[in-house]
Amino acid sequence: MTATRPAKPSAPARAWNDAELPAALLAIDATGLGGIVLDHASHDAAREWVRLLAACLPPGAPVRRVPGSVTDDRLLGGVDLAATLSSGRLVVEQGVLAASDGGAVVLPMAERASASVIAALVGVLDTHTVRVEREGIAAEHGARLALVCFDESADDEAMSVALVDRLAFRVTGMSGFDASPRTCEVLSQAVHDAREIARHVTDGAAWLAGLCELADAYGIDSMRAPLFAWRAARAHAALHGRTEVTEEDAAAAARLVLLPRAVRMPAPPPEPAAEEPPPEAPPEPPPEPPQDSADDSPPPPPEADTSNDEPETPPDEKEEASDDPRPPADILRDAVESTLPPGVLEQLLARAGAARGVQGRVGEESVSLLRGRPRGSRHGMPRGGARLHLLETLRVAAPWQRVRGRTDRTQRVSLRKDDFRIRRFIERNGTTVIFVVDASGSSALARLSEAKGAIEMLLAESYARRDRVSLIAFRGTTAETLLPPTRALARARRVLAAMPGGGGTPLATAIDASIGAALAAQRAGTSPLVVFLTDGRANIARDGTPGRPRAGEDALSSARVFAQQRLSALFVDTSLRPDASIRAIADAMLARYVPLPAANGDALRGLVRTVQQQAAGSAT
Amino acid sequence: MRHVYPFSAIVGQDEMKLALLLTAVDPTIGGVMVFGDRGTGKSTAVRGLAGLLPPMTVVAGCRYGCAVPSDERGCSYCDRGHPGHEKVRSAKAPVPVVDLPLGATEDRVVGALDLERALTTGEKAFEPGLLARAHRGFLYVDEVNLLEDHLVDLLLDAAATGENVVEREGVSIRHPARFVLVGSGNPEEGELRPQLLDRFGLAVDVKTPTDLALRIDVIKRRDAFDRDPDAFVAHWEKAERAVRRRIVKGQERLSTASVPDDVLVRATELCAKLGTDGLRGELTLLRTVRAYAALEGHGEATLDDLRRVAPLCLRHRLRRNVLDEASSTTRVERALDELYAVT
Repeated sequence: MTATRPAKPSAPARAWNDAELPAALLAIDATGLGGIVLDHASHDAAREWVRLLAACLPPGAPVRRVPGSVTDDRLLGGVDLAATLSSGRLVVEQGVLAASDGGAVVLPMAERASASVIAALVGVLDTHTVRVEREGIAAEHGARLALVCFDESADDEAMSVALVDRLAFRVTGMSGFDASPRTCEVLSQAVHDAREIARHVTDGAAWLAGLCELADAYGIDSMRAPLFAWRAARAHAALHGRTEVTEEDAAAAARLVLLPRAVRMPAPPPEPAAEEPPPEAPPEPPPEPPQDSADDSPPPPPEADTSNDEPETPPDEKEEASDDPRPPADILRDAVESTLPPGVLEQLLARAGAARGVQGRVGEESVSLLRGRPRGSRHGMPRGGARLHLLETLRVAAPWQRVRGRTDRTQRVSLRKDDFRIRRFIERNGTTVIFVVDASGSSALARLSEAKGAIEMLLAESYARRDRVSLIAFRGTTAETLLPPTRALARARRVLAAMPGGGGTPLATAIDASIGAALAAQRAGTSPLVVFLTDGRANIARDGTPGRPRAGEDALSSARVFAQQRLSALFVDTSLRPDASIRAIADAMLARYVPLPAANGDALRGLVRTVQQQAAGSAT
Repeated sequence: MRHVYPFSAIVGQDEMKLALLLTAVDPTIGGVMVFGDRGTGKSTAVRGLAGLLPPMTVVAGCRYGCAVPSDERGCSYCDRGHPGHEKVRSAKAPVPVVDLPLGATEDRVVGALDLERALTTGEKAFEPGLLARAHRGFLYVDEVNLLEDHLVDLLLDAAATGENVVEREGVSIRHPARFVLVGSGNPEEGELRPQLLDRFGLAVDVKTPTDLALRIDVIKRRDAFDRDPDAFVAHWEKAERAVRRRIVKGQERLSTASVPDDVLVRATELCAKLGTDGLRGELTLLRTVRAYAALEGHGEATLDDLRRVAPLCLRHRLRRNVLDEASSTTRVERALDELYAVT
């Protein structure tokens, strides 16, 4: 949506667009709403948006940017080493979060933030205080702030779900957003007035129920969503100088808070004649948004700029709303959906579904970003990349200060070369087991369930060993990553159970896909182990054309590429009669060949042992 | 003073509340692991406990919060006869509920050399960590499945042995650290190692309420709390007192509550049927059913009491069966149905 619009004279009922509104609402109720995700906003648009937010916040409120490389002690506060050393007593320095109390914190590249940064932010959003529990310090500071995250994730990354869930808003499509000085001025004035009113906004309880019901209809699990929506509706009412939440406020809140979280489409409302509320769990969503509802308002232009399009809210709207025979949730849904151009809802849902798909990976990924398990310190000089462990160094030096002639507090701490300590880490070098499963219609199909059983056993073992597992299935003309590397067994099992079968055997494509996945796992700092389960009778060439000879040649050439990458692999031949041509492919991959003509319990256990040994060997 | 959301004002989530009350009555049950969706009031419930629990009597001046009369050994302050005070003076202190932030370092958890005293006086003194602060209270770890493994090991080790042993940077100290470990996490985001899971006494699955009226209630109460915490807390004060009384009564009755043999036999049968490893399952069942009887005011635990608490105690102790898709709760219920159908 574009945001540039000539500023109108400042009437309290001035209509703001969906990018401007969150800035105002956050400035009115930062602690209640948490913050916002700017979804793939351009650099300029994001900067403009932050400028608008800063203008809305009270004068002098801090707006701090947290670089991705921020360390815990700068974020949360820690020991000020320079001051500690020179004064000879512990000097605590305030972190960015505590310093931003009453303002906002901007987190660019939020999808790359490390687990510890996420944990700190989540704690602040929950408690509005910063608690420091590190390096011998325990302190608590207020941190009532709004968090602005820039989500710039590419397809194999995603923002932490824990964090996203705690932020009320998500704004997409901000290209060309521009906060003119006039907009800033008018909006900040409106926000200033609204802060006074916000305290006196009384309940419009019908709309609260409507928002809850709509959240349910959109398939939103978290209870934070309706809570945020309700707070947003209240702030919206205050922004427009009202002391009661009206349909317009609730609709805006539903659009800004609930819609971006929708994971399914609600069923069309019942005929207006029927007075009962709609069923609580709506059946499967219809393929199209319900355009035939009682409202019948024409779809507005694709600028999703609702408040602009329906400025004629009569002052007695609330009376009307209560007379409206339809339940509030339906009114809200119509209000939300009538503002969207056709097709947008489907896109949103598709994206939400995709986001859901990667959910399980997020925590995993951030854990692997850790610099490894800290393993204390050791004696040595901070040279050649080794990091000085300052506190340990101080601890070592501390008891000797008197002996070394330090008599009073004003004198500097005396450090000798022997005192220096450097940090040691143990690199977490786990294994990622990538299962490449033949789901084609050849003999593999008959044995697909056996293969599934084998994989489940392997999964259970990997889970106990804290390996990560990933699942690629190939059939027809494609190889599809069903499960990105994860440690969540529940999800892996679900995906596996739902794995379809049938079609040709595109072995070459599968090998290519496994190379990509294995290299990605290597980049993530783990050792990949690729386990193929196939009958090996390739009959689809790399370009998707059927034909056994071509397909076999392609598979062999892919296998050679695989070998060149020096990837560790295990080739499980599930065909009933092990065959020399399959062996040839396994050999070309330099993979260990394991025939598995009958998947009985003993054979499976043997296979599990083999995989484990190989996994243990590959993780050094 | 920052208000915490009252425990009794939490809508629904009865099982989680029950599990927390049971551990408050008998901390030896072990920790509670809470699995569940986001935004279901997991952390709210645990933080709500702080305002709820009756204050405890501690040795004045003891940094580890030892009890009066002392039932602890190993506290460096109390074992030396409270240097400076010949007579033990007692004081009241609130039951600690300590949050463990995910970013906490090892030395904050176990304690470390007191840097300030070391620098200023050159004295080697120990500064207690979070484990010491949590003694006789609760240690809450959100997203325990995302905590680094070595920290989880530390926590479970201390929780199991009831003491914290520090041997580092020239400090050699041990102090009591008996606490109830409450972990929460979403298994969709990475699972806990099975060997760690087993060490939690109770496990709870929490779900977002599906009933619309309940959901609206959740939002309304939260909203009321946000708008006027003072009034909200005052409004719930009576209910909070009632729960507190229930806990105190339960603690008093715990020593006299008995578990008859038929309940014990049934508990053993149940564990055998479910194939739980080791004796931890039986022990936890025994303690939990006793705590439940004490909490409910039954002098003697009944078979119905056992049935009520069995899913809490056992659902996380089942062997993963690759052929059985049913959730562990269903499997426990199934075993219960079969056993109780016989009689």
